[in-house]
This record gives sequence, C-alpha cells and structure tokens, in this order.
Amino acid sequence: MLELAIGIILGCCALGAGAAMIAGIGPGIGEGNAVAAACEAIGRQPESKSDVTSTMLMGCAVAETTGLYALVIAILLIFVAPRIFVSILMETIGR
Amino acid sequence: MEKLKNDPRVIDALLILGMILPIAVGAALKILLIPAAEGVEITGAHIFFTLPFPLGGLPITETQVNQWLVMISLLFVCLYLTRGLKSIPDKKRQHLAEWIVEQTEKLVKGNMGDYFEDFAPFIGAVLGLSAFSSLLSLTGLFPPTSDLNVTAGWAILVFILITYYKMKCGPLHYLKSFAEPVPFLAPLNVISEFATPVSMAFRHYGNILSGTVISALLAVALQGLSRLVLGWLPGFLGQIPLFRIGLPAVFSVYFDIFSGCLQAFIFAMLTMLYVAGGFPAEEYFKRQKQKAKKASKKTSIKNLEVI
Repeated sequence: MLELAIGIILGCCALGAGAAMIAGIGPGIGEGNAVAAACEAIGRQPESKSDVTSTMLMGCAVAETTGLYALVIAILLIFVAPRIFVSILMETIGR
Repeated sequence: MEKLKNDPRVIDALLILGMILPIAVGAALKILLIPAAEGVEITGAHIFFTLPFPLGGLPITETQVNQWLVMISLLFVCLYLTRGLKSIPDKKRQHLAEWIVEQTEKLVKGNMGDYFEDFAPFIGAVLGLSAFSSLLSLTGLFPPTSDLNVTAGWAILVFILITYYKMKCGPLHYLKSFAEPVPFLAPLNVISEFATPVSMAFRHYGNILSGTVISALLAVALQGLSRLVLGWLPGFLGQIPLFRIGLPAVFSVYFDIFSGCLQAFIFAMLTMLYVAGGFPAEEYFKRQKQKAKKASKKTSIKNLEVI
C-alpha cells in the first residue's frame, strides 16, 4: 500500500511538472511576435538595426519571465517536491 | 633578482597566473571533494562543509566558493588591464580597458540620464560579475548564477537601490506614489513592487539553470544515440561516444556563452531602467531649485544685514 502511495506521489509530481511547462506556449508566441515586429522594423529602417536588436532582446527576456516561472515550478516538482511529500506521508502514517 | 622583480613582464605573468589560478583551484576542489556521479546527474550545489553558527549551521557550498573564485579572477583581470596606464596608450590592453569604460559610461548615460552618471562602475561590476559567473560553466564548474541564492542576493541589492532612489523626495512622497493612479490600486502596486526583485532573480537563475539542465539532458541523449548507432560493433568500438564529440560544444555556444552574456546584459539593463524609472526626477529637481532659491534668499538677506 505504501509503495502505491509513493508511486502516486512521484507520478503526480512528474505529471504536474509536465503540465506546468504548458506555460512555455505563452512566451513562445510572445517572443515570436516581438521578433517578427523587430524584423519588420529593421526591414523598414535598416540603419537602426543595432538599437532594434538590443531592444528586442530586452523585450524577449522580459516576455520569457512567465515561462521561466513555469520552469522553476517544474524543477521544484521534479527535484524537491517528491522528497518533501514522501516525508509528509511518512509522518502522517507514523513511521 | 632585483632586475627580475622590476621586470614588467614578470608582474604581467603573475597577474595572468592570478586570473587562471582561481579557476584551477575550483577545478581541483571539484575533482578532489565532490564524488563522481554515475553517468550524467543533475544536482544542485554541493555542500563542502557546514560552519557552526548561532542560528543553525552555515553551509559553505560550491556556489559560494566558485563565486569568490570568480571575484578573485575578475580582480586580477582588472589589475592586468589597468596596469601601466599612460596618457597616450601604447598597449592593446589599455585600449581594451578604455573601450570597456567608455562603452559602460555610454550605456549608463544613454539609459539613465546625466543624473546617474556615477552608476557606471556599479553597472560595469554587475555586468562583469554576472557574465563571468555564467561563463564559468564553460570550464565545467558549477556556475554560481544557477543558484537562486546568488541572483536573489543581487536582486535584493537592486531592490534596495530602487527604494532608495524612490525615497529621494522623502518617505511621504514615496508612500503617495503607491496610491497612483487611483488609491484603491494600492495593493496591486505593492505586489508589483515586490514582484520586481522576484522576477529579476528568477529570470537570471532560470535561464542559466535551464541551460545547464538542457546541456546535461543533451549529453545523455547523444550518448544514447551513439550507442544506438555504434552499439553493434564489437569491443571498444561500440563504446565510442561518436555524437558527443564536438556536438555539445555547438549547443554550448547558445546555452552557455550567448545566454549567459545576454542575461548579464539584461540584468544590468533592468537595474538601470528600474532605478532610473523609479526616481521622481521632476519633483526632485523642482525641490532642489526651491531649496537653492531659499538658500540664496537667506544669504542675500544676511548680506543686507551685514551691510
């Protein structure tokens, strides 16, 4: 029974990590839009390439933040959470 | 012996040794103290030992050691670049040093305005420390920036700076800035105030860590692929890690070099933007002018009395 419980905990942690990374869609679309707009701007004004590029990288990094939050949650779920949950389980059943 | 001491080349060699030695010490510590992992393993910072401390133990981790090594190495880089400065530069390194200083000052002036000119050394330090910490992963050592504690510490430092410059017009003006544009948005403003350091810390940490994790996963995947392709060959021929030769380096150009330098640039850039954006410039200069007027009035009245 205990093995089953621990197995469920581990499986759910892995599933949760995978689900958390769905958030990768958002930054992907956002950064794609930003880069597309930057390409258009460079096409219109090739002389402002360096300015546009640095601003675009800046915006990309800010747009990436939500994806990185998801990444941090996923990493916590894979590497940190199972141990904590299992120890909580052990405490509750008194072992 | 005396001649050897004054030879500039000897001092240069010593300074270069000072740049490389910390990295070598870090590598030696890693080889000697950290048990080798079976295959490729993704772990956090290794704890070398725990110092006894009144409030629980103070663990001395790989992160702290590597951070100090990077700082010592950077110190020697700076000493090397700025040695023997002349008003008419005759060495390449002086050109490089001047270029770095000029570019940093230009960046700071362009993004923060004239009032924050003195920020250039701080921004340069943040850029250099962050970039070199991330680039440490090129030597196979644990990059300090892939530990949340380091980036969180920097973010808290930046948060203190932002708050200090927001308070330049007095604490009342600072508190009033939360009630804008409408007072009932104050809780949201408070949350967004605290979200700034959190997002800065997580952004830097997440980017470097994800690079490390993906590099490790890639190494495992390429190992599997080469075993799949060459595994049927007899003897040691089947063990050749064909796809691990050189291929990870290509990805490392993006994940280690590009990502590390970009994150350093972005951290410095956000620091500049937040500090300059939080500073109530108009109000501050208005008050300064009023103060100056009052002071000049006072002195003129005093002068009249004296006359």
